[in-house]
Amino acid sequence: MKRLLRDPVACLGFLLVVFAALVAAFAPWLAPYPDDAFDSHLLQRLKPPSAEFPFGTDYLGRDILSRVILGTRNAITVAVSVVLAAMLIGVPMGLVAGWRDNWLSDVLMRVTDVFLAVPQLILALALGQLMAPGLTTAMAALSLTYWPFFARTVYAETRRLRGALFVDALAGLGASPARILLLHVLPNAAPAILVRATIGMGFTILTAAILGFLGVGAAPPSPDWGLAVAEARQHLPESWWFATFPGLAILLLVLGFNLLGDGLRDVADPRLRRSRK
Amino acid sequence: MARYILKRVLLALPALLGLVLLTFVLTRVIPADPAAMLAGDAATPAQIADIRTRYGLDQPLWRQAVTHVRQVMTGDLGSSIFTGRPVAEEIGFRLPATLELTFAALFLSVLFGVPLGLLAALDHNGPVDQVVRLLSVGGLAIAGFWLAIMLQLVFSMELDLLPLRGRLDVALGTPPTVTGLYLLDSLLAGRLDMFGNALKHLVLPAVTLCLPGLASIARFTRSGVLETLQKDFVLYARAAGYSPFRLAAIYVLRNAVTVTVTQVGLLFGALISGAVAVEAIFDWPGLGTYAVQAILAADYKALLAVTLVVGVVYAVVNVLVDVAQALVDPRVAEQLK
Amino acid sequence: MSDMLASAPEAPSLMTVRDLAVHIPTDAGVARILDGVSFTLPPGGSLGIVGESGCGKSTLLRAILGILPKGARVPQGQVLFQGQDILKTPVRGRIGFIPQDPYLSLNPVFRAGDQLLEGMRNHAPGTRDDHRKKLINLFHAVQLPEPQNALDKYPHQFSGGQRQRLLIAAALACDPDLVVADEPTTALDVTTQREILALLRSLISERNMGLLFVTHDFGVLSSVCEDVAVLYAGRVAEYGPTGNVLADPRHPYTRMLLACHPDRATDLIGIPGTVPAATAQPPGCRFHPRCPISRPNCAVAVPEAVRIFDGSRVACPYHADPLPEVALG
Repeated sequence: MKRLLRDPVACLGFLLVVFAALVAAFAPWLAPYPDDAFDSHLLQRLKPPSAEFPFGTDYLGRDILSRVILGTRNAITVAVSVVLAAMLIGVPMGLVAGWRDNWLSDVLMRVTDVFLAVPQLILALALGQLMAPGLTTAMAALSLTYWPFFARTVYAETRRLRGALFVDALAGLGASPARILLLHVLPNAAPAILVRATIGMGFTILTAAILGFLGVGAAPPSPDWGLAVAEARQHLPESWWFATFPGLAILLLVLGFNLLGDGLRDVADPRLRRSRK
Repeated sequence: MARYILKRVLLALPALLGLVLLTFVLTRVIPADPAAMLAGDAATPAQIADIRTRYGLDQPLWRQAVTHVRQVMTGDLGSSIFTGRPVAEEIGFRLPATLELTFAALFLSVLFGVPLGLLAALDHNGPVDQVVRLLSVGGLAIAGFWLAIMLQLVFSMELDLLPLRGRLDVALGTPPTVTGLYLLDSLLAGRLDMFGNALKHLVLPAVTLCLPGLASIARFTRSGVLETLQKDFVLYARAAGYSPFRLAAIYVLRNAVTVTVTQVGLLFGALISGAVAVEAIFDWPGLGTYAVQAILAADYKALLAVTLVVGVVYAVVNVLVDVAQALVDPRVAEQLK
Repeated sequence: MSDMLASAPEAPSLMTVRDLAVHIPTDAGVARILDGVSFTLPPGGSLGIVGESGCGKSTLLRAILGILPKGARVPQGQVLFQGQDILKTPVRGRIGFIPQDPYLSLNPVFRAGDQLLEGMRNHAPGTRDDHRKKLINLFHAVQLPEPQNALDKYPHQFSGGQRQRLLIAAALACDPDLVVADEPTTALDVTTQREILALLRSLISERNMGLLFVTHDFGVLSSVCEDVAVLYAGRVAEYGPTGNVLADPRHPYTRMLLACHPDRATDLIGIPGTVPAATAQPPGCRFHPRCPISRPNCAVAVPEAVRIFDGSRVACPYHADPLPEVALG
């Protein structure tokens, strides 16, 4: 933690994430026009940024600032759920596959390879389409495409740790594999999982935005950022603000998670540590 | 080297077979009633039953799986539900467009990513390093579809410097197809005007698409160079009086690049993913627009074929990457003997 | 700090190190890696630098080779090579270097020839073809098998002993006046070690080059070097002709070291304490916390180097006192 705080770039990421989390938590109170999630005001459509509407208004006359604020909550909820679900699948698979070298571990890792053999977005698109488009489907599809990364990470960590002396000692003392894996291996793999999860948050927000943009994710009138950029395309170049601000929001939030993940990785991986020497 | 390549190809086969099976699971197992899905929303029960027998969907699952694998292996990807044309043919026309775009992006990524990574490593923890770090993390954080729109807004709509969409001005026609890559085909046909026009069209999509790749290549080059700089042989080379520029730009970089090269394979997946949105925005007639059209038309045959083709391209690229790595680092080929 | 026996008027010197200090700032404070190191090497002479790991040997080498780590500062001292201060104007090509580990010192992804030729590019006269011919001749001299083809092989195609021969050839390639060797045989097995040392000795004396030889192996030392400097915690504890120092060590550290390990300079087993961290050097004599004959004054005053006879000195005013039996193991 201390090392992280000494790293200005990682600190910036941390601040961005904390800021976004606060915005998400208090979105309905922070948004100047909280009802603009659903209401439309056709009389004031596509107004440029002003004191009244700092980010301007969209094609239905809704306040873009309010929708960006409300969208933060959606983005973070989606990312947290997807990453948690991917962890729930990937972490146990990695633990089991990494613990012993047998047919089961071979099968698990081959399955992982197959999932990794297709770019995530393409797979998510295919899955999302087959399971009837919508936000829930998109989230399920993203989880189903992201778990292999956790499986890989945990697999590598488990294999590394199972050779460690203390694991041998525990096995010698008669501790069950489940106990060793959950109480001893898992906590030691936690830093790597945390780094992976942080980067996964950024990645998921980005991919979810692409899905929203392509019309496979969130549906109107959701204040989804990707969707907003898609809607804004029809109104360019006149209403530049409509596309600009939701995109900036994506950029800042993903940047926050990536910078934080980058800093965490430096702390967790001593090999590439940015020493202060 | 030939043996090495063969071995590497054989190693890629199980993953490809798995991919084919995965596409089978996606179409036949996940949907509650594949026949109803094929027939569309307006189909009558009789039509659905007809489709069920026509496509062999009444057969046991294992037999369907075998048929599916056989069809895919012989290049029969079925016909588009939407256009009725063979999917393989449509993809054959669109794949070169996507490859032209992704290779251009890859080229830009390497062209700028490697020197940036090198500069950052040489200024370890210094201001250059921090700026490159911010840029590289930022490059991975930027949404391609948004950047594409912003670039269009500035360079096409406001400044009117570069074309808004497409691969070529319609008035120019198309070059005679040899490779399907317009840049190459126009040169082969000796049409410099066409080449210039195709290049102009390529700039914005390629720049948009190259950012994530550029960012990761800069990162991996940076850490590769840092790792290499710790090695005894670098110290030795300095003591032996290598010129600092040649030491960094040739001697150290080549080791560092062995790490970067492996990443290019993974990167290709990101590039193809990115191409979906970028192509859609620039009306680039590649696999990405095809995939998006397929989604909008609920054309699952086309979508699966795209998934499959992308998987195969990805596998091929990864084999090429391994071969490239063996060429850069003589020990790699040695290890597999 | 230490006296200037080394600078007794203008004997021709190949290399003179004068009162050299090297400091490296770290998180834990400034590491004073070297502090007032002096010695002289006449043309064609050979000097061994002995000490445990952490005594500053490598830093001394890097200072001489002009490859001090980033951030290192030289607050005082000079390294004169043929009268030129190489800390200010580095010389390349006139000092050959044989590194410690032949396995790690060649880049695995380049052909051996390309690496060796790169070093000659800026520092040896003639064209690349001349350089190739010269290297092949040297490969004959260092008895490398298949000298004609060696240039086109990759490092992993050579054995450890062959790689060290390769590196010796590289060190001689620019006809240097001084060769600096950093424990060039530690990574090799005993038989190979002996062959390589014999080879090195004959090549150097044939060409009348100076040799600076870093080692912790007293056996190697006596067979290769005329003089020796014993380093402890960044200072020269004892300096003199190798035969004298080995037969009649004067500094308590040298005495205990030779008593514990007649063949190798490694940790003083059974002696309390360890080599102090470079960031927390004790005041006065740096050895006093572990010295069996230390007196209160040792903790205060930095010992002057005492001249024993011409060309021999020891940094301990009590060098004539007997050590207690216990300390000599």
